[in-house]
Amino acid sequence: MKKVTFKQQLLMELGVTLALYLFFQSLMSLGIINSYWRGIVITICINVVLTVSLNITSGFLGELALGHAGFMAAGAYISAVFSKSIALIPSVEFPLALLIGGLFAMFLGYLVSIPTLRLRGDYLAIITLAFGEIVRNVLLNIKLTGGAGGYSSIPKYTTFTWTFFIAAACVLLSKSLINSRQGRAIISIREDEIAAEASGINTNYYKKLAFIFSSFFAGVAGALYAHYMGFLQPAYFNLDKSIEILVMCVLGGMGNIMGSIISASILTILPEALRQIADYRMLVYAIVLIVMMLVKYAPQFEGLLNIFKPKKEEEA
Amino acid sequence: MDTSKVVLEVNDLGINFGGLRAVDSLDMVIHENELYGLIGPNGAGKTTVFNMLTGVYPPTDGTIKLEGQVINGKTPHEIAKLGIARTFQNIRLFKNMTVKENVLLSLGAHADYNFFTGIFKLPKFHAQELAMEDEAMRLLDVFELRDDSEKLAKNLPYGKQRELEIVRALGVHPKLLLLDEPAAGMNPQETENLMRTIDVVRKQFGISILLIEHDMKLVMGICEKITVLNYGAMLACGTPEEIQNNPHVISAYLGE
Ligand SMILES: Nc1ncnc2c1ncn2[C@@H]1O[C@H](COP(=O)(O)OP(=O)(O)O)[C@@H](O)[C@H]1O
Ligand SMILES: [Mg+2]
Repeated sequence: MKKVTFKQQLLMELGVTLALYLFFQSLMSLGIINSYWRGIVITICINVVLTVSLNITSGFLGELALGHAGFMAAGAYISAVFSKSIALIPSVEFPLALLIGGLFAMFLGYLVSIPTLRLRGDYLAIITLAFGEIVRNVLLNIKLTGGAGGYSSIPKYTTFTWTFFIAAACVLLSKSLINSRQGRAIISIREDEIAAEASGINTNYYKKLAFIFSSFFAGVAGALYAHYMGFLQPAYFNLDKSIEILVMCVLGGMGNIMGSIISASILTILPEALRQIADYRMLVYAIVLIVMMLVKYAPQFEGLLNIFKPKKEEEA
Repeated sequence: MDTSKVVLEVNDLGINFGGLRAVDSLDMVIHENELYGLIGPNGAGKTTVFNMLTGVYPPTDGTIKLEGQVINGKTPHEIAKLGIARTFQNIRLFKNMTVKENVLLSLGAHADYNFFTGIFKLPKFHAQELAMEDEAMRLLDVFELRDDSEKLAKNLPYGKQRELEIVRALGVHPKLLLLDEPAAGMNPQETENLMRTIDVVRKQFGISILLIEHDMKLVMGICEKITVLNYGAMLACGTPEEIQNNPHVISAYLGE
């Protein structure tokens, strides 16, 4: 069995990315994907960025974070303010706006990570939930960005190409992170924090790193969203939004990047495809969350689920 | 007296848990490349000693010196980096990581490629990862775990999990390795193999080992020096012969 070298793997990843891009791009220029579906593809890409980045904190670090929409909102608003108040050529202004969105969210991610060094589980979930609500409430009260009424006429710079390559970057960089010593350190904290420390891992440092990485991409996703819609409203970034991202993450599998991509795609398309029953989406979310909690906190329930799994235990 | 270099020196070490004095005025000196036994009945405070040595619990009093440097008050990861690695009485592996990744994790604390080098897969990342992978495999060979390297740690049989924990600890590049009842749950044959391997590890890696074990006979067989704990206090300390003939030990153990 010959092993794939690092270089081959890198080339393969870049090749697949490019092929996927050309595939979508040609479908769009041939008109097979119309402008309505192009919008959905862009939304999928944004949701992929949100889900994969959340997976770093929730799936790999193992901290239930409920404030991802807060980071997204921060990135969205700051980048929108930037590109509305500055007049550069778009090809310079937009990447700068994305970067500023990411960096600002990252700064907030750093702040949020500090209490997480001492808290775990439910307490951490509450802190991140509170963070999301604080961001939304602050935005409601900022006159510059129109408060509850919304912030409009943001330049619509977001294109399929930008969104696709940023989603690809997020996915590939997350994958690299996970396979680096830093990523293994993050996963080891989820697995056993005491053993990680005993193995020489500065767990506080790596928790912060995970939060910073995760919030950076949430901020970038927010910036993409802002320049796609051209209009922002604080109400969009509520707890439901955070939970929507979390559900995508959970359904795709905690700690599974490929799963995140798939579930973000399915859960973005599904409500569009089933527009007439879109109201039930939140019901589905609620059910999924309840099932997840049962599995997580009531071990006897897991046994119940195992009944549905094919029996092939002997393998190990 | 032994003139070789002192690796660990513990003076007057003690800890209170509320009203309970779990360890009281413990003195201990471990030399380079020594295999040292820490024995005593259940609840004597052995694991608590390990937890103090590795920074999990701050001692209430006393000092701990590693190669002359006081390490009280340092965090567990700092102490690990300074050269004390350990295993746990109740196995603590990274269950959903592969066997190899468990070892790469502790080896990774010594690599120095930074975050950006890692996520952009720069040449230094490749070079160091390959070197770590090589070393991980060689360490796994010590316990014949190479063939299991791609399995998830949780899918290893119990005895192998204990051994993997030792391999992971070796990945810390310790000067002193603390083993907390490594033979717990193993049958006599497995135990004997393990003890032989532990002795080989000590010689091959040139490290000191502090071994907790409550089977007195076993410890007598391989350790050069032994400390006996009883209700948190040091009951005796010396060579296996001295321990065997110590009246306190005899009355404590035979009196039971
Ligand atoms: N974190 C703790 N809090 C309170 N008491 C503890 C704690 N850890 C250990 N102890 C107590 O200290 C004593 C020694 O425990 P331990 O070191 O685990 O013993 P041993 O490893 O020798 O079997 C026991 O009485 C135990 O209950
Ligand atoms: Mg113990």
